[in-house]
This record gives sequence, C-alpha cells and structure tokens, in this order.
Amino acid sequence: MKAVVNVFLKEGVLDPQGKATSHALGSLGFKGINEVRIGKQIVIDLDATSKEEAEKEVKEMSETLLANTVIEDYNIEIVE
Amino acid sequence: MKTAVVLRFPGTNCEFDSEYALKKQGWNVEIVWHKEEVLPKCDLVVVPGGFSYGDYLRSGSIARFAPIMKAVESYANEGGYVLGICNGFQILTEAGLLPGALKRNNNLHFISKMQHIKVVNNDNKFLQNCEVGEILNIPVAHADGNYYIDDEGLEELKKNNQILARYCDENGEPMVLNGSVEQIAGVCNREKNIFGLMPHPERAIEELLGSIDGIKMLEGLSA
Repeated sequence: MKAVVNVFLKEGVLDPQGKATSHALGSLGFKGINEVRIGKQIVIDLDATSKEEAEKEVKEMSETLLANTVIEDYNIEIVE
Repeated sequence: MKTAVVLRFPGTNCEFDSEYALKKQGWNVEIVWHKEEVLPKCDLVVVPGGFSYGDYLRSGSIARFAPIMKAVESYANEGGYVLGICNGFQILTEAGLLPGALKRNNNLHFISKMQHIKVVNNDNKFLQNCEVGEILNIPVAHADGNYYIDDEGLEELKKNNQILARYCDENGEPMVLNGSVEQIAGVCNREKNIFGLMPHPERAIEELLGSIDGIKMLEGLSA
C-alpha cells in the first residue's frame, strides 16, 4: 500500500520559496497569480493490511517526524 | 573542574570550535557521539552547529531522535544546562525543548557574516555577564534561521523574559536579517536552563577572528 503525505507551511506562515517563485512567474509574464505555496510530498510504501490501519500509522508518522506542526500542516492520501 | 559534553551527529562541524572555546574557559570537554545512550556526568551539554543528517527533511528533525537525545531530554528536564548553537538550536526546537521553529531565511540565502545582536534579557545563567541592551558582534552562518512563533507563544516569551537577543545594526537599531519574528536571534525555555541561538559565540573568542564578544556569553555558563 502507498501513502502520500503532503506537507505545507501553515496558512499565515510566510513561505519564502513560494513568494520568490511567484515573483519569478510574474516576471516571466504569467498573469493572474495570486499566491504560490511550495510544499513537499513524501511517498511511503508500507505493509499495512487495511486503508484505516495505513492512515492511522501514517498520521502518527506525520505528527512525530514528517511535519513540524508548529509551522506546518499536512494531509494524507492512501493509494491502494 | 567542570565538564561540558559537546554532542556530535553525522554532519556536525562545530564540535571542535565549541571544544576550543570551552577549554579556553577552563572546562573539561568530552565530545559524545549521537549513538551513545548515556550522557557522561557533566555540568553543561552543548548541541553544536553543523548540518546534522544533511539537514534532510527539516534542519534538526532527524537528529532530535538520535539515541543520545533521550538522555539530553532527561538531563534538561532535571534542570541540567543545555546550550544549542545554530543547528543545535534547530535540534532543540524540533525536540520541543525550546518553543518555536526555524524556517528558511526569508531571502532564501545562506547568510554567513559578522552580525550585531542586542541582549534582551540577562536574568539567566547564559547571559548573566552581559548588560540588557548591550550590543555584541557575533558571526552567523545559516540558511534556516528565520525564527517563527505564533502570537500567543511570543507573548509567553516576553512575559517570562525568554528572549535572549535580537538582530540589530551596529547602533542597536532593529535589523531584518533573516525574517525572524521580531528579529529574535535566540531564546530560552521558561525554566531558563535550556538556551538556543543562531549566532555562534564560540567563533567570537579571538581578536584575530574579528570579535571576542562570545567570551562574555560563554562565561556566564562557566560561572
């Protein structure tokens, strides 16, 4: 089973990489960009037997290590 | 003779500078590998700078789970003195031993230069030899030094005199260095036995290297 964890800086926490990328897109002539946020995607291949079990385990991984919840939010997607 | 333990993770590169600075002040120094589970009897633990685990995932996020860190956490919770410098500060925030977090610098650059900082509170062991408002010249060298804490946390820091120093210009005027909330360069915990800062006092102990202001900071811990 595969789990995909997306980690982003929380709303309201300035994302300097997103901001720089947004400026770069603007100077390349792309119009109508309101905001760019850059995050990371962590793909985990794991042995869990059910979707629920995988979700529970990956949530614990995210809270413990994958995201720093002081500054980051995350979401989990289980891909079977 | 007092003993200081300096931790070493894969990627640490300031353990010898820290050892040199501490020995100069009369400390016995032991460098301890991150895989050790027991902390030698000591009067201070220094978590030095560097790039533990290549800064993978987030700076300090993997090092904080190294075997030795469990022992450091117990030591700190029992009131032992811990100083985290640069990557050490990042490790201590990741471990939840210090409040807040360190993000990528707002200009996305690795900033490496001499930097003035202004002492905010000195009612703690670390900065007891410095005056409040004193301007110190200490080198910085980091990519992830942009200190973040939410409004509620910031109020707590102020209420309990936990802000150690702020970045400033040579006249002491506030200066944006890396995007840190209120230009915070370092903080301590509420109990004032755990200290973390991005600037490197251990690199400011010889006139030849541009400043000796770091001596005053480290002396507080030696007293």
